[in-house]
Amino acid sequence: MIDASALLVAASLHAGTVLALAALGLVINERAGVVNLGAEGMMLVAALAGFVATVWTGEPWLGLFAGGLAGALLAAGFGLLVLWLNANQYAAGLALSLFGAGFSAFAGAPFTQERLPERVDAFRIPVLADLPWVGPAVFRQHPMVYVAMVLAIALAWFFYRSRAGLVVRAIGESPEAAHALGYPVRRIRLLAVIAGGALCGVSGAYISVIYTQLWVEGMVAGKGWIALALTTFGTWRPGRVLIGAYLFGGVTMLQFYLQGRGVAIPSQWLTMLPYLATIAVLVMISRNPRWIRTNMPASLGKPFWPEG
Amino acid sequence: MFAREPAMFRLEARPVPSRRMAILSPIFALAITVALGAGLFVVLGKDPGRGLWLLFVEPVKDGYALSELSIKATPLLLVALGLSVCFRSNVWNIGTEGQFIMGAIAAGGVAMTAGPETSRWIVVPILLAGTLGGMLWAAIVAVLRDRANANEILVSLMLVYVADMVLGYLVSGPWKDPAGYNFPQTITFVEATRIPRLVAGQRVHLGLPLAVLAAAIAWLFLFRSYTGFQLQVGGLAPAAARFAGFSARQALWTALLISGGMAGLAGGLEAAGPLGQLTPHVPAGYGFAAIIVAFVGRLHPLGTVLSSIVMSMFYIGGELAQSRLGVPKSLTGVFQGLLLFALLACDTLVAHRLRLRRAPSAPSAHVRGAQ
Repeated sequence: MIDASALLVAASLHAGTVLALAALGLVINERAGVVNLGAEGMMLVAALAGFVATVWTGEPWLGLFAGGLAGALLAAGFGLLVLWLNANQYAAGLALSLFGAGFSAFAGAPFTQERLPERVDAFRIPVLADLPWVGPAVFRQHPMVYVAMVLAIALAWFFYRSRAGLVVRAIGESPEAAHALGYPVRRIRLLAVIAGGALCGVSGAYISVIYTQLWVEGMVAGKGWIALALTTFGTWRPGRVLIGAYLFGGVTMLQFYLQGRGVAIPSQWLTMLPYLATIAVLVMISRNPRWIRTNMPASLGKPFWPEG
Repeated sequence: MFAREPAMFRLEARPVPSRRMAILSPIFALAITVALGAGLFVVLGKDPGRGLWLLFVEPVKDGYALSELSIKATPLLLVALGLSVCFRSNVWNIGTEGQFIMGAIAAGGVAMTAGPETSRWIVVPILLAGTLGGMLWAAIVAVLRDRANANEILVSLMLVYVADMVLGYLVSGPWKDPAGYNFPQTITFVEATRIPRLVAGQRVHLGLPLAVLAAAIAWLFLFRSYTGFQLQVGGLAPAAARFAGFSARQALWTALLISGGMAGLAGGLEAAGPLGQLTPHVPAGYGFAAIIVAFVGRLHPLGTVLSSIVMSMFYIGGELAQSRLGVPKSLTGVFQGLLLFALLACDTLVAHRLRLRRAPSAPSAHVRGAQ
């Protein structure tokens, strides 16, 4: 007999992984000083790309890879526009989100009836999976759940313990200083943007290939925007972002849990919860300007133009 | 482009942004979009000439087509005008879609109180309610930005999803038509509440002249009023605005209330006009598309009039392409996204110019080395 609360935790980790992958990716490019509001669009296109690749090859891992590739490609286009053509980051990101929504709806129309070949089994970590409550709650997940956890640790190490991570942070704090030291600011920023896009892509593909296992127009349903809010919530620190993602995964799952328990609240009010929670969290975290200012990369959203 | 070996062209910052390029850039962007669109039709195995005909000729071929075009252009123009004011103040209200929905809900709420004896003048409170509904939804963004410094992009966007759920709740719950076979929709509003039509037999309605009037007022506000001037200074040079004593808080509120109100008005016109009832399909993406309209129209009232017409052509063209070429209707979204991308790329030439590199850099290095 598996405890219901253990299942709720397990489901929250599963749902939180979607947000964690995307938000950790966005942390990379935001640490380098670039805001990419195109997360939602990249995730939508990647969700479609991953789904189609899985339908064609029958291999979910290839689907995740295709999603990552799609996200990286779109992010590269965004990066060129913003870094080399000096376009406004907000406007270009919005363009990417609007384009991604339109393009995925258009290109995905023939795939709405498709079904995926097989379910990916959860990965049972030996010994730990058999522990009484913790086993089913934490140690019987899809491998990507562990990948997200490892990624958060790896990113924390990268940013705070490696020289390359220090350079990325330096560029986010002061691109002028990094430029003067001889670092190729725009190329490093482009790499950060591409890495962020690739992770958003994997996250998008995770939704369609593993989470829902189908393709529906607009299925990302704002998770890209919530991931953007999570980077602020986690003050651009990978560990905090991961925890934030799990909290939001919990909020998402709460609605299904309450519905399952037959709580008499119209479903729309429950569906609203993650969006309201995002607003609440933004308000709470932004109320303290010093908290944000000490943690936010100083050049975030500001253009850098080496010649002038 | 990655500038290790000498590139053919180099971007050089202009001393002053080019006015001519600012006007030409949207035209270039449209040309690029058309070229990419034609390519897309070829990829899909459709005749590109016919595809472009559906997009650019069919929507303007006769009076009836123009009337249908106005149905799309009216909400786009209204929302984009509000956004022009908003973006010029450097306030990023991305949630006009949500304010549009709330406007439709508020207007629909008033429209449903009408009975058989209700006067035709109920249209006025309906539209006022729509405007207030949109303002109220934008006011939430303003309060949270003003009081808690919460990012207006994310808050306004989250409120789109919330508004969508509120609409879904109302039409499938308390406002559901009891005789509607359990469909999630309200009753059809009584005739007296409908926005007056301009031409018998066509759907073009009072909203069109209202939107054109709004464009004129927006022009006066932006370029002939002190408040409009203050807003723009605050958007272009926040430090200068502070120094001049212009209130950033007031600018924030003005920008959000105007853009929210305009989006709400558009939503009210839509609910009591072409729709005539509330359904989950009230949000048609006008709020998001209007962001593109505003940018392509250079955040200028006259420009938004022109760009709202072009964007409406994409809407109608997408519908026609679906029925006549068997291409998904979401083609519209692809064209809209491409247009904004192309515009942002072309806009580089407003602030920069392309310089041809005449000689390879190696000889000059040699000369320098010899000195």
